Amino acid sequence: MFEPVLTRGIGTLNLTDLHVYEDQGGYQALHRAVHDMSPGDVVHEVIASGLRGRGGAGFPTGRKWTFLPDDGRPRYLVCNADESEPGTFSNRMLIEKHPHQLLEGVLLAAYAIRAARSFIYIRGEMKRGYDMLIQALDEARARGYVGEHILGTDFSQEIVVHRGAGAYICGEETALLDSLEGKRGEPWLRPPFPAGRGLYGMPTIINNVETLSSLPHILGKGAAWYRSLGSEKSAGPKIFSVSGQVANPGNYELPLGTTLRQVIETAGGLLPRRRFKAAQPGGGSAPLLVEKHLDTPMDFESVAAAGSMLGTAGVIVYDDSICLVKAAQVMAAFYANESCSQCTPCRVGTQRILDILTRMTRGRGREEDLDALEELSWGVKMASLCGLGQTAPNLVLSALRHFRWEFEEHVRSRARSCPADVCWPRGRRPENRHAAARGYQP
Amino acid sequence: MRFARGGPPAWTERRKDEVARLVALYPEGRSAIMPLLHLAQEERGFITQGDLEAIAGVLGMPMSAVESVASFYAMYHGERTGRFVVTVCTSLPCHMAHADRVVEAFKKALGIEEGETTPDGLITLEATSECLAACDAGPVVQVNREYFLRLNPVKVRDLVTALRQDDGEALARLAEYPSTGEALFAARVREVGGRV
Repeated sequence: MFEPVLTRGIGTLNLTDLHVYEDQGGYQALHRAVHDMSPGDVVHEVIASGLRGRGGAGFPTGRKWTFLPDDGRPRYLVCNADESEPGTFSNRMLIEKHPHQLLEGVLLAAYAIRAARSFIYIRGEMKRGYDMLIQALDEARARGYVGEHILGTDFSQEIVVHRGAGAYICGEETALLDSLEGKRGEPWLRPPFPAGRGLYGMPTIINNVETLSSLPHILGKGAAWYRSLGSEKSAGPKIFSVSGQVANPGNYELPLGTTLRQVIETAGGLLPRRRFKAAQPGGGSAPLLVEKHLDTPMDFESVAAAGSMLGTAGVIVYDDSICLVKAAQVMAAFYANESCSQCTPCRVGTQRILDILTRMTRGRGREEDLDALEELSWGVKMASLCGLGQTAPNLVLSALRHFRWEFEEHVRSRARSCPADVCWPRGRRPENRHAAARGYQP
Repeated sequence: MRFARGGPPAWTERRKDEVARLVALYPEGRSAIMPLLHLAQEERGFITQGDLEAIAGVLGMPMSAVESVASFYAMYHGERTGRFVVTVCTSLPCHMAHADRVVEAFKKALGIEEGETTPDGLITLEATSECLAACDAGPVVQVNREYFLRLNPVKVRDLVTALRQDDGEALARLAEYPSTGEALFAARVREVGGRV
């Protein structure tokens, strides 16, 4: 059976305590790296491990590090802890329950890329996680893991924990850098890429919490061991955050390449007497997978081949009691609210998508709305500047592809056919449902 | 104007060392703008024009630039808030767990609408579409950024009563829920699951 790696001890041990973490082999990888390995060795080890970024894009981490130009300018390491993708809650667990694992990962990455300073950008809403990290940082500093001359070597590193203040867009890496510089979080056009010109115009590497938390294990147990977990092109374990209509929602660490069916079954399976309808494999921005995709291995390539994206591996499960028109409307409200309003397709488009979907859920949809919705969604997807706008229409588009009849029914029946009984004429639940079903309107 | 009027604040003098420490953390001082805004908000729960002026003074930048940043982020309040700010997550997983009923229950128990504060200045009700990252235990509510999980209309009533009576014990009891998969990890990843 698969042994958890990143989540081992969570729930049974108090890993926020430095001594407990050290008893579990914590900071041994840092010892080994700074004493016996050069920064280049660490980079090679990570490349050999096949580790790919856990933040959503799945880019090979070690290769990303080699993109830094070697021109003597200071380099920065930024940990993206702005986890705000709907349906994703693994980073919050790693920060709150296992903060030293993250700090060790940050130190290892900073050593490998010879960073001048490291930053952890944590969501403003995660106040507890912030307090945990500050406390862990103080403990680690007192033991000589952070600060000047770490473990008696020439390696020095300062880690700054920076709190966000409620903006989904700041999870986008260029917006995050803006925010860290003390500006509005508005994404830029790439190039220039952050590896060449990032924070304060200097070469910058941005890695996700789970990516960095994997480093102590890779350097502790070796690249070959890490490669042996997961599938050929997607190495290692991944934390799947399973939410929605399953019996035991939660974080489950499984090897990449586990099938969608196995992931859902690990989370206790569906609720009694319900049928599987669809699932989003990578958070609220990922296109839907349907019943025929249940045996898709959950790794970057296979999920992409099935027409979706692994993203953050936040698996949201829908069963036959869920109305996808309403689900799309809820997500559309989120995007319309969180668009940074910088570029027109996203600012206006997300609002228009919301208008149409709201109309449908209130029984005022029109026949022509379906085509308009589809065209609008493609427009937003193609013309938006950053990932927010480019992925915002994913749920609507995939729902239209797989469940077009549900949208048509909503329009035709003026939202009386809603399978979940959440869409009602005029947005209000009628007093007498049976009368309403016969066409009576108060 | 989004931010309330206000004169020069006292915190810049009183917490001088902390301000200096925050500014020194970053290679460029401007980066301290968000930590300083958080600091200002800790004082009264909201940010005034005076705070913006003071931060602009500390960082040597125009006040309009500080205001431009402050107005971008949803967590910086420009008006007086209640002693407790209740934030209900209405994102998709919480929506499926009937977050709308929780919002309605709060409205009923408090007698206010979303975005309003009770007349006694105790509780502000906010509904956010931004996911609060506890989707395994929805519907989720944060009170002053502390989590309350798996809410329902009955628990909402208890929570409001506990807040009104400032009953720390009851609050601790309501907050007690093994968060983010902890309970499940205690038994480690299960070998036998349900069927799909």
